Amino acid sequence: MSGDKVIDVRGLTKKFGDKTVVDHFDIAVPRGAIYGFLGPNGSGKTTTIRMICGLLTPDEGEGTCLGFDVRREAGKIKERVGYMTQKFSYYEDLSIRENLDFVARMYRLDRRRQRVDAALADLGLADRQKQLAGSLSGGWKQRLALAACLLHEPDLLLLDEPTAGVDPKARRDFWDEIRRLSARGVTVLVSTHYMDEAVQCDFITYIAYGRKLIDGPSAEIPAMVGLVTYRVSGPDISALEAALRQEDGVEQVARFGAVLHVSGTDRAKLDSVVARYRKRGTHEWVEKTSELEEAFIYLMTGARDNFARDAA
Amino acid sequence: MSFSLARFFAVLAKEFIQMRRDRVTFGMMIGLPIVQLLLFGFIINSDARHMPTLIELGDNGPLVRAIISGMQISEYFDIQGDVTGVDSGEQALRDSSAAFVVVFPRDFERDIMRGLNPTLLVTADASDPSAVGGAVGALSGIVTRAMAETFSGPLAQLAPSPPPFDVAVHKLYNPEGRTSTNIVPGLLAIILSMTLVMMTAVAIVKETERGTMEMLIATPVRPFEVMLGKILPYVFVGYVQTVVFLLAGLTLFGVPFEGSWWAFFVGFNLFIVVNLALGFLISAAARSQMQAMQLSLFTILPSVLLSGFLFPFAAMPGWAQILGSVVPATHFLRVVRTVMLKGGGMGDIAGELWALLVILVVISAIAMLRYRQTLD
Repeated sequence: MSGDKVIDVRGLTKKFGDKTVVDHFDIAVPRGAIYGFLGPNGSGKTTTIRMICGLLTPDEGEGTCLGFDVRREAGKIKERVGYMTQKFSYYEDLSIRENLDFVARMYRLDRRRQRVDAALADLGLADRQKQLAGSLSGGWKQRLALAACLLHEPDLLLLDEPTAGVDPKARRDFWDEIRRLSARGVTVLVSTHYMDEAVQCDFITYIAYGRKLIDGPSAEIPAMVGLVTYRVSGPDISALEAALRQEDGVEQVARFGAVLHVSGTDRAKLDSVVARYRKRGTHEWVEKTSELEEAFIYLMTGARDNFARDAA
Repeated sequence: MSFSLARFFAVLAKEFIQMRRDRVTFGMMIGLPIVQLLLFGFIINSDARHMPTLIELGDNGPLVRAIISGMQISEYFDIQGDVTGVDSGEQALRDSSAAFVVVFPRDFERDIMRGLNPTLLVTADASDPSAVGGAVGALSGIVTRAMAETFSGPLAQLAPSPPPFDVAVHKLYNPEGRTSTNIVPGLLAIILSMTLVMMTAVAIVKETERGTMEMLIATPVRPFEVMLGKILPYVFVGYVQTVVFLLAGLTLFGVPFEGSWWAFFVGFNLFIVVNLALGFLISAAARSQMQAMQLSLFTILPSVLLSGFLFPFAAMPGWAQILGSVVPATHFLRVVRTVMLKGGGMGDIAGELWALLVILVVISAIAMLRYRQTLD
């Protein structure tokens, strides 16, 4: 294994037809880390994850996953990776138990019965085990999917937008589980659209149009994005928000309750705007350190839907 | 990374559970063949009888009456009534209230006696050749017989003289000329190829469409284990269909089974494997269940029309026969008919078995090339 990198790939490239979906992507994920994978729709997150776990063969690039070559040793990678797909990908016409049992048999696990029983108990679905998976709600399906891809106790979890369409409570429970796994030494690569999930990650990489734009420890991401942010409070905040959006130099106005976080990457421009508004004396302007929240919103709104470019 | 029996059995078990839960499809696999057998076995009749017929009577002598009663007895013609004038006859043909209009001209009998060679005009709705063929063929016999009966005594020299030789025809294998004896074994080939190709194609594409294939591929399961585990249940379905079919065919339709069961068994299994391979090929090419269904349908039409199921194979143009030889059902059809009707054994169907084998190898080779082990 290269250092203690669970995933270490360089120059991954995938083309579908003449469209380059992933363009020379590098990533190095240390053992036990939770690595957040951000990017707009169609930016190539799913394709990258599929290449890492051997479902897709990269057109270019190389590297290892769990010490195995992603090109030649996909079979060995599959034994040790838990991959949770974006869409629920278990059998809706099989019962919860049958699904878990089927997955256990795919990995040829020993003590199958005990493992499935334990998973059902963990899930709290022991008394509903005969229910068809298709009849479960989104949150339960997601928990079932997580339980199924943890059955073989993988070293690496690849989660592709695992909490899409799941309510906040279930999402929080889900992340508690991810944290516990990470503490036990399981490495997690998770793609997401949600800020509250992004802030849970130890590392973050941001991808747009198949290219990696930013990659680093979460704490350093705001500095990398280079946002200057002011915190504004005062009366009639909505009107102010609308006015600020029109200003040159203000690249982002994010509302947190009764306060606004006003950010821009060009300090000189932003400061001149702020100076003008300060003179009015109606609102209180305080410069704050940019946090991951602002950086996240900036990144996610900056590059819109990546499919849109092709349509244009 | 070798073949794992445990995983293969897991896929197999899963497939049977899903099959059992999908009651509509399950019913279709078992119920539909029975319905089709009953329906087509009884309905399809290449010897069309009871054609509605109108008569224009310009004469009403004993000969004419003898001809008309002969037509009725033959069962080919159902005399619906009289008609007068060319126009009303044509109208009846056009609006399909009659398939034949028979015109006995004025003074028909008298002209015969005078040796004037009068014309008995039969106008037929020949838009469907197979509908009128049998009746037209029967007509000259009817007229000859009627003349022989009518012109006796002093008029005997008018009766047609018998030909100086006899033609003896031995109708082998199906002496009664029953269409169902020919159709029922053929239907087995059609129904097997229909269900098996379609079911296999859809079963595999379904995994891709529902996203479960992505989960499957992410596990260590080998493609071959998935393939075999998904296909074998349909072999079982094919067996059940065939048993049901043979039972119904032998008892209900009294179709004979003259030949070797062993030969039938070998040909039948080979045919099942060919169909599964074809289904697999389709599933490798199709992107959705809908596409898989449509592609399967494209294979079914040639099976029905080019295989010799409905129309005699030898009567097709040469190039169509070449096309037909590529269709697996053509060869299985011959196997079934040879074994069941003609009492054939392994030696008699060897050629067909070889043809099926060649088709199998070609289809499998293409399917293997097309099959994606990854999601690319």
